[in-house]
Amino acid sequence: MITLTNRAKPVDRKPMTFLESIYLWNIFKGMMITLKHFFKKKVTIQYPEQKRSFSPVFRGVQILNRDEEGRERCTACGLCALACPAEAITMEAAERMPGEETLYREEKYAAKYEINMLRCIFCGFCEEACPKDAIYLSETFAPAAYNRKNFIYNKQDLLIPDPKTQPEEFAQAQGLRELSKKKNN
Amino acid sequence: MINLLAIDWLLLLEKLILIAIVILASLFIAMYETYAERKIAAFMQDRIGPNRAGPLGILQPLADGMKLFFKEEIIPNSSNKILFVLGPSLAMLTAMMTCAVVPWGGDINLFGRTISLQIADVNIGILYVFAIVSLGIYGVMIGGWSSNNKYSLLAALRGASQVISYELAMGLSLIALLMMSGSLSLKTIVAQQMQTHWNVLYQPLGFLIFFVCALAECNRTPFDLSEAENELNMGYHQEYSSMKLGFYLFAEYVNMFISSAIMATLFFGGYDIPFFNESAHTDWGNWLALLGIACFMLKIAIFIFLFMWIRWTVPRFRYDQLMNLGWKKLIPLALANMLITGAVILWLKK
Repeated sequence: MITLTNRAKPVDRKPMTFLESIYLWNIFKGMMITLKHFFKKKVTIQYPEQKRSFSPVFRGVQILNRDEEGRERCTACGLCALACPAEAITMEAAERMPGEETLYREEKYAAKYEINMLRCIFCGFCEEACPKDAIYLSETFAPAAYNRKNFIYNKQDLLIPDPKTQPEEFAQAQGLRELSKKKNN
Repeated sequence: MINLLAIDWLLLLEKLILIAIVILASLFIAMYETYAERKIAAFMQDRIGPNRAGPLGILQPLADGMKLFFKEEIIPNSSNKILFVLGPSLAMLTAMMTCAVVPWGGDINLFGRTISLQIADVNIGILYVFAIVSLGIYGVMIGGWSSNNKYSLLAALRGASQVISYELAMGLSLIALLMMSGSLSLKTIVAQQMQTHWNVLYQPLGFLIFFVCALAECNRTPFDLSEAENELNMGYHQEYSSMKLGFYLFAEYVNMFISSAIMATLFFGGYDIPFFNESAHTDWGNWLALLGIACFMLKIAIFIFLFMWIRWTVPRFRYDQLMNLGWKKLIPLALANMLITGAVILWLKK
């Protein structure tokens, strides 16, 4: 017979020896193994208190980025929506009015930006497609929700904290990203 | 007409208090056996086990018990309702009854009275234990049959045949012990071991057979065929919910405690303190008795650990392997052990 790997072992069908047939010695050997494990270091991670770090290539929930002055980077060009294989992203563009220069970086911005988390496959194509560095995948995952409506994330859910009003949160979100970028390269 | 004054009311009170203490203590120990089981299982699988309820999870059994109490009580429509309730009650009752003849310690002097730490020193102690243990299977059988569920019934049948097969070997292994001690009273057997050596030195094979049979009688792995989760979905207590299920599970742990106590009594000197001559220190009084109880509890704890250790090591026997082991190996071994013991006793006495 041709085997897929050469690790296959034929089944041992020899009749049991006397020592095997009274079970006791083999049970004793087994008990020594479990006793050894009894004193071993435990592998448990105490979840809510301790968290295992994600892999550097982990792709989590999307975040809409801001620049250093807290202006939204997204220009609603629609490349992310085009790149999305799951068709999870929808957006509506709007023109920046005079006086909104502190809110939006360029003349056009996304008035509405939604990602359906039930459709999203976290492939990261949106991040790759974005020419403005406006969307990236973070190291958190979408929390559970009770209805489908709550899985459609709008702009408020996706935007990164403002670096001016919430500098700490912004630095945290940004820092994680820079860290993972560094590890990638 | 009974003369009320002739009854020793103080003795009655003393025994009632002792019964209450023993029952509460066995329930408490059974409670923490569940905790120990979960912890030991976890440790042997490189996990930590329950650690959320209280420090180190020490309140986990309370939480488990509360949960069982608050669960909805379901009695299947097609079941025999009286027997369905009787099953777990009987299992619990028989589990608790056995502790009546176990000598928990030496005598204690309190308020000028000498109190024996044994509820009933009946001269047929071991026979009483056997009688109650064999009644214990009725809990399983009645529960399994009255559930009106094919898996429960199969499990009950397996359980009954298993207990019957292993009771024989258990009895035969004890006969050798009884030939040596010449008494059926557990207190006398302990007293004899205190004067000479522990019985396990004279009867190692007998102890081994007794231990294997005790595992089988307690329905512990590798002999837990009557509650085989993966082939009979929980076995005989599949239809049970709420505290009735709790009674079955609890009875198993009480049984484990009591059978550990019986084994410690019969083979490991009961409340005898190892490497220590009690008769030379009678002036210690109550402290000696308390030390004896502590030793007894320690022996029981070691046995309980052994039970759990085996449970988390050995897989379940197949039904034919179980029967082969019981009838073709243990019973002939026990018979041989009995004959050899008899011959040696005769030879020593000539």
